[in-house]
Amino acid sequence: MFTTFVRIIKSGCISFWRNKWLSSSAVSMMSLAILGITSLLLVNVLINSLTANLEDKIDISVYFNLDTSEDEILDARVDLVKLNEVRSAEYVSTGEALNKFKDKHKDNSILMQSLDELGNNPLSASLNIKAQQASQYESIVSFFEQEKYNEIIDKINYLENKAVIARLTSITRSIRQIGLVILLVLAGLAVLVTFNTIRLTIYSSRREIKVMKLVGASNWFARGPFIIEGALYGVIAALVSLFILYPLLWYISPKITSYLPGTDLFYFFQANIIVLFLIQILVGVSLGTISSLVAIRRYLEV
Amino acid sequence: MIYFKKVSKAYPPNCLALDNINLTINDEEFVSIAGRSGAGKSTLIKLLIREELPSKGQILWGDQDIGKLHNRDIPFWRRQIGMIFQDFRLLPNKTAYENIAFAMEVGGCPKLEIEKSVPQLLKLVNLINKADNFPDQLSGGEQQRVAIARALAHRPKVLVADEPTGNLDLLNTWEIIKLLMKINELKTIVILSTHDRDIINGLDRRVITLEKGKIIKDDPKGKYILF
Ligand SMILES: Nc1ncnc2c1ncn2[C@@H]1O[C@H](COP(=O)(O)OP(=O)(O)OP(=O)(O)O)[C@@H](O)[C@H]1O
Ligand SMILES: [Mg+2]
Repeated sequence: MFTTFVRIIKSGCISFWRNKWLSSSAVSMMSLAILGITSLLLVNVLINSLTANLEDKIDISVYFNLDTSEDEILDARVDLVKLNEVRSAEYVSTGEALNKFKDKHKDNSILMQSLDELGNNPLSASLNIKAQQASQYESIVSFFEQEKYNEIIDKINYLENKAVIARLTSITRSIRQIGLVILLVLAGLAVLVTFNTIRLTIYSSRREIKVMKLVGASNWFARGPFIIEGALYGVIAALVSLFILYPLLWYISPKITSYLPGTDLFYFFQANIIVLFLIQILVGVSLGTISSLVAIRRYLEV
Repeated sequence: MIYFKKVSKAYPPNCLALDNINLTINDEEFVSIAGRSGAGKSTLIKLLIREELPSKGQILWGDQDIGKLHNRDIPFWRRQIGMIFQDFRLLPNKTAYENIAFAMEVGGCPKLEIEKSVPQLLKLVNLINKADNFPDQLSGGEQQRVAIARALAHRPKVLVADEPTGNLDLLNTWEIIKLLMKINELKTIVILSTHDRDIINGLDRRVITLEKGKIIKDDPKGKYILF
């Protein structure tokens, strides 16, 4: 049993090496497939960080009446952050609001002057709230529509933002969906191409398979080496695509970052290199072995 | 003993390749199967090695019905027969040595035994100096000798040869035939299909003549009959 296993593996490796040309074409097809699938994965990462970026820009502010005490606002905040939908709720006091305002308009002398003449602080305190997802602002707003907050809340800038939020939500959603569809279609193509390449290599060995069977090989003994070969294609193709991807990303990533600040593909790649490589190997090996298994079936019937 | 009992083989759609064959082949016998092209010689052999199934009848080896073999038992049956073909059918990606070793590996033969037997077999067919040649680096006669060595590797009780000399010149032909005789002397049944009149006349052994799927003549000391 064990000797048989060793013999199958050895025979698969030898035949991989002796069929160098066939093997290298299969490996290059498979590298393309794996490369395609990995880049799609990375594009998905990009899309995610892009949409996350967009969603991060969305927030709503709840403005409180000028006479509301800080404690009341902080109490409201404590209740608010208990909601699952809330990602962050930043308290901006009247003083901070004033400072921000001054900072923003420091070049506008007329505005500054009138502010000075006013004497007291006209700006209200607020909570800047970000939801986990853009679609959740509705329910956050309804939280503030409770009776007890009627007294203290001046206004919520949700209504002005509502249209923008809705647009962003639908944009990010469709970007995700389109990305997923493209990923699936291209992955399907890659799988088909690989399968057909392997089918051709096995087709070219169909006589050999028949001879093996006639000489008394069991099905497993005849197909084992081909499956090992398929798995080898996968491993080597995974290595090849890793070696292509690394310098490619190193070169491209800064350019992407300049378009989409806050995304660093190369860093992501480096941080996840082991997981990515394992995925590539897994994809390659399962593609190779399953294709071989399926393709060889009809030639075993002797 | 091999026993064909009322065996017919029909290929779809309407080719009756073998028609009600009754035939007994005894142990240690050397049998030639003669007949013109399309008479059904190859079909008879394909049934024996279970490359094809009979449409009717039984093929018995002892009390084992070859036609009823379970799929997973077929390899075991084939390891009891040695096969030689007109087109050699060596594995093109394996050397002469590996081709012979392969026939032993399929049965799980231990490494030491393989390393001992293969050189012996190569010596028997006089190819020890070509052990590392691939089939396309060997002449036709040499390839057929490798095929014979491979057929003998698992010490078969029956050696089946379907026109083994069809692609060879006269000298190589007789070398192969002599090898087959020698193997028969070692108490192996040899079944040889051929339409070469000189071989049959020179052998002076049992000849079965097929015609359109029927046995028309079964001669213990046969001569080639003219059609
Ligand atoms: N797979 C097949 N499908 C259909 N018909 C077949 C098949 N194999 C053989 N035949 C037919 O069966 C008949 C017997 O063929 P077979 O190969 O047994 O002849 P043969 O005696 O070996 O001839 P040759 O001397 O030319 O090799 C022929 O008429 C052939 O056309
Ligand atoms: Mg024939």
